[in-house]
Amino acid sequence: MNEIKQNSFKTMPDENGRFGIHGGRFVAETLMPLILQVETAYKEVITDPDFNAELLYYQKHYVGRPSPLYFAEHLTKQYGGAKLYLKRDELNHTGAHKINNVLGQALLAKKMGKTKIIAETGAGQHGVATATACALFNLECEVFMGAEDVKRQKPNVDRMRLLGATVHPVTSGTSTLKDAMNEALRYWVAHPDTHFYIIGTVAGPHPYPEMVRNFQSVIGKEAKEQLFEAEGRLPDALIACIGGGSNALGLFYPFLDNTDVTIFGVEAAGQGLDSGMHAASLTGGKPGVLHGNRTYLLQNDDGQIVDAHSISAGLDYPGIGPEHSWLHDVGRVNYVSATDEEALVQFQLCSRLEGIIPALEPSHALAFAAKQLPLMDKEQIVILNMCGRGDKDLETVLPKLDERGLL
Amino acid sequence: MSKRLAASFAKAKKENRGVLGIFVSAGDPDTNTSIKILDGLVRSGVDMIELGMPFSDPMADGPAIQAASLRALKSGMNLEGSLEIASQFRKKHPHTPLILMGYYNPIYRYGVELFLKDSQAAGVDGLIIVDLPPEEDAELCDLNQNSELDFIRLITPTTLGDRLPFVLEKASGFIYYVSIAGITGTKSAQMESISSAINRIKQVSNLPVVTGFGIRTAEQAALIASLGDGAIVGSAVVEIIAESNAQNLTAERTSEKVSDFTGSLADAISTHKP
Repeated sequence: MNEIKQNSFKTMPDENGRFGIHGGRFVAETLMPLILQVETAYKEVITDPDFNAELLYYQKHYVGRPSPLYFAEHLTKQYGGAKLYLKRDELNHTGAHKINNVLGQALLAKKMGKTKIIAETGAGQHGVATATACALFNLECEVFMGAEDVKRQKPNVDRMRLLGATVHPVTSGTSTLKDAMNEALRYWVAHPDTHFYIIGTVAGPHPYPEMVRNFQSVIGKEAKEQLFEAEGRLPDALIACIGGGSNALGLFYPFLDNTDVTIFGVEAAGQGLDSGMHAASLTGGKPGVLHGNRTYLLQNDDGQIVDAHSISAGLDYPGIGPEHSWLHDVGRVNYVSATDEEALVQFQLCSRLEGIIPALEPSHALAFAAKQLPLMDKEQIVILNMCGRGDKDLETVLPKLDERGLL
Repeated sequence: MSKRLAASFAKAKKENRGVLGIFVSAGDPDTNTSIKILDGLVRSGVDMIELGMPFSDPMADGPAIQAASLRALKSGMNLEGSLEIASQFRKKHPHTPLILMGYYNPIYRYGVELFLKDSQAAGVDGLIIVDLPPEEDAELCDLNQNSELDFIRLITPTTLGDRLPFVLEKASGFIYYVSIAGITGTKSAQMESISSAINRIKQVSNLPVVTGFGIRTAEQAALIASLGDGAIVGSAVVEIIAESNAQNLTAERTSEKVSDFTGSLADAISTHKP
């Protein structure tokens, strides 16, 4: 990591969608005109007061924003160090942070006159959020989901179908999230006039990483205000889990220029970084080009993408958003990792101590908090993004907790 | 334009026909069979070979070419191996133009400068890099300025208005017209739409225009080749390889089946009179 002197960490991307060497628009010519249209339309709406008022209306009355910033007294006591605040984005309608971005993009699609929506999904949270927005705005919805994930996440598949979405099981490649994204892009190429592609994370070709970050930044903006109200100051540290990294950037972005705030992004170490069975793109990957952007990727020496592994389907992706890659390169954010096992322990602990069943994804953030908070002073304050609730994970988690005598 | 490409287009023009380009994946289903297939293609009258460099995530390709890519990777093919196949091809076939087609990540990992150098050393005539649009191509094209390698551009039905001349700025060799909005090997285009697109391209460029995507039969190939300067067939060929592989046919027999088909395409193109 080379520390680069930076006047502001909030000026990225440049006009070509670059975050340092990362980002960009590495797509086939058929897609290029489509993403240029999205960029033009997005630039128009972000300065349009009507668009922003409409988004704000739905955030408040439909999603339930602002989400609370909750002082987790019991976990604080348990970890025995800094004060832990949880940003409760798991209380959003549909149970995760995904809806923040989906509503923004769905309203943009409507402005562009699109009537049909495409989305990819791994665990199904982004798929459910997209199906929800489509039901609300009367848009047709087609969700691409790896056939393996369709099997693993049946309740979310049922939810999407009930909400009126068509779920396409993807059997190409390894039948997981990266293949779902390939297939969604292929489908978009074949339906350029009618469809809008709602990408669920801060990845993909420009302008998606920037757009998704901006729609998710509501998390950090609220958290900053709420902590000022509660404690009259900035936090000392932020912690969030990272798959593609949208919940993390949503929390981090408004704090990037508050350089006294230490920031931690937690990748999924799966069965351990040395096992080869993990999803830690920054720690275990190299820069490469996939899904329209340059970023750190899990790949072999020949540049073939290798499978990611994580107990959490939402972190099970061989890449990471390009802005994270840049923040890693310039050293503004510290990227660390937590294993499946560590996440499972916190899943149970948070449920028992706080009465909050966290999703497996933020359980990874908690696993790092469990190590970091004891190293800090009692006067220090940490905000952790509780980005999703764990109901969806019970089928995966319960037998494992049972095996470990944690039930 | 590379000498071999120029000669190939000139020959076809003299014979009052379009060129026939065939796509196969390098190392599909294995190196030995792949080399025999390439030999068979030349014998059957194919004018130009488009050799796919396999990638794990071929975003612009349909099921047939995705499967070809995976078969090749499973047999151990990689970028180095693809260049080796190209090099062996060139030693046996000094005149047939060979285009490498692929995605950027394996090239980026291999090292762009080294890839350009090794491609030229292998006797490659041109490159098609699907996910390197003009917005991103400087990091390769700047290094390719003094080389013999043609940088072949894809034009699609969505490349409209001012974008067309912009995309064609750095194009050389020929222009690959993607006849459908979609991925390889799926739907087929209407002849009128291809014809009007080719006319549109010809107004801004003097390069030959070759059409691909969705061409499955000899009749389609002949008709489409006559609309511009040639036709490229990929998925329909790759499906024959898949079928032969599933039936455990020998490399010789697989090559024969492929060249029977490509021979019929070549015949149809050379006898078709516009």
